Amino acid sequence: MQSEVEDPVIQDVAVDLKGSVFTLPVLQIHSSDVAAIEAELVERLSPALKFFKHAPIVIDLERVSHLEIDFHALTNLLSKQNLVSVGVRNGSKQQQAMAIAVGLAVVKGGPLQNVLGESPNRQALDNERETQTPSESRLETKQNGSSTTAASKVEAESPRVRDGQNDTQQLSQNKSTKIIYQPVRSGQQVYAKGGDLIVMAAVNPGAEIVADGNIHVYAPMKGRALAGVMGDQTARIFCQSMHAELIAIAGNFRVFEDNLPAEIRDKSVQAYLDGEQLIVSQL
Amino acid sequence: MAKVIVVTSGKGGVGKTTTSASFATGLAMKGNKTVVIDFDVGLRNLDLIMGCERRVVYDFVNVLNNEASLKQALIKDKQCENLFILPASQTRDKDALTEEGVERILNELKEDFDYIVCDSPAGIEKGALMALYFADEALIVTNPEVSSVRDSDRILGILSAKSKRAVDGDEPIKEHLVITRYSAKRVEMGEMLSIDDVKDLLSIPLIGVIPESESVLSASNSGVPVIHDIDSTSGQAYADVVDRFMGVNLPLRFLQAEKKGLLSRIFGN
Repeated sequence: MQSEVEDPVIQDVAVDLKGSVFTLPVLQIHSSDVAAIEAELVERLSPALKFFKHAPIVIDLERVSHLEIDFHALTNLLSKQNLVSVGVRNGSKQQQAMAIAVGLAVVKGGPLQNVLGESPNRQALDNERETQTPSESRLETKQNGSSTTAASKVEAESPRVRDGQNDTQQLSQNKSTKIIYQPVRSGQQVYAKGGDLIVMAAVNPGAEIVADGNIHVYAPMKGRALAGVMGDQTARIFCQSMHAELIAIAGNFRVFEDNLPAEIRDKSVQAYLDGEQLIVSQL
Repeated sequence: MAKVIVVTSGKGGVGKTTTSASFATGLAMKGNKTVVIDFDVGLRNLDLIMGCERRVVYDFVNVLNNEASLKQALIKDKQCENLFILPASQTRDKDALTEEGVERILNELKEDFDYIVCDSPAGIEKGALMALYFADEALIVTNPEVSSVRDSDRILGILSAKSKRAVDGDEPIKEHLVITRYSAKRVEMGEMLSIDDVKDLLSIPLIGVIPESESVLSASNSGVPVIHDIDSTSGQAYADVVDRFMGVNLPLRFLQAEKKGLLSRIFGN
């Protein structure tokens, strides 16, 4: 290999570990009956046999996580269909262990993992290992599942594809929005990790609301609001009635003591970053 | 089913014990079997305000430590047949309060009483947390003044996060706001927060406004809860609080500064 490498900079290393984004078909299985899976797979694949020839495939165990799966038989049948099984996702701990035992990787991703909101770094790492595809190439044994599920899957998965391409967009693209209906009181702190925060009740003096994404407050805002705390400079803060003690975006903050300017005091405002400068303007 | 009501505020000196004493007395005067517990272990003064200081032999901590039975520790009120006081200990510290112990005593009291009023100490430390932990309802005592309101806000946050009902995910504690030491005159002069200011910030239902009155101090000093002083505005206001708590719809009173009559304005007063 080394002889083919022209770039002198990397000639002295044998390997380089890099990341890339792949689109993989996902085989969602609904039964532990290998014969039934085979029969249905053959029927469904035959029209697209060429397209899927030697295609790497991820087995999704979400629907069968309570069943015992014969992974050996399953990978055998997939390779008989010229599919290269590369990993499993979802599934129980036990299933994952068994999958590893037959040489499959356990890949993360999919709606469940995303909703639970992993740290951005973790997600970035996961992305280097694998990336799911949105539902077009999903091989569902039942193709016309409910459209809402399909939509939510696309929505939940698309940020993963994007954040592989553009790390700075990742924070604001995450969909785990947190909605608070109770007043946030003095001494309380609410943190929307990995997403936006919407507060439908008052944020009182001495309370602190924090989000990795944007913050919306549809009631008097008298506490402290910190948006984009993981560094997202595109995050914004929207308040229906601005009376905040402190506003911060991506670490740039303004403190308001008794000097809240009349043009924003108790008004509907938004706060955003213009370069390093934190702008608070009436809506 | 007996109800546990905590009287709390966060800030000290706003009138928790005065409110506990009058509120418990009022409930008892309505025929409810009521006990009021002093949770301010180490700094007891409920017994002073209730005028039973000299009859304290055993206290709350003695019962917690199984050194006395509830029967021995409960003090029957002089004026009210249905009212009992469980005094705090003067000599122990608040670490004597344990969750298991408090729960055991409350359960025992629930068998005999209709209402259990818990007089919370100031602050947000163990005594205060124990007083509110088992509560079904809460009277939040607030003065119309910024730091008191702020501390009440803090206590409301704790009620909704750290009480047993919150921890178990049960129906939240029913909260009632009691504004004490209210002076209509000072509100008019802009020296004091208005009722609306306080209500806006705390956003819980208001159950009563107790006007600042000299009779509160003299009642405390003589060991008779001010609700017994039916000529005083604060005594009447506490009676209203009890009525509203029992579900009677009453308009708020004593919110306006007393207007001088025409004659007194002409002749001076």
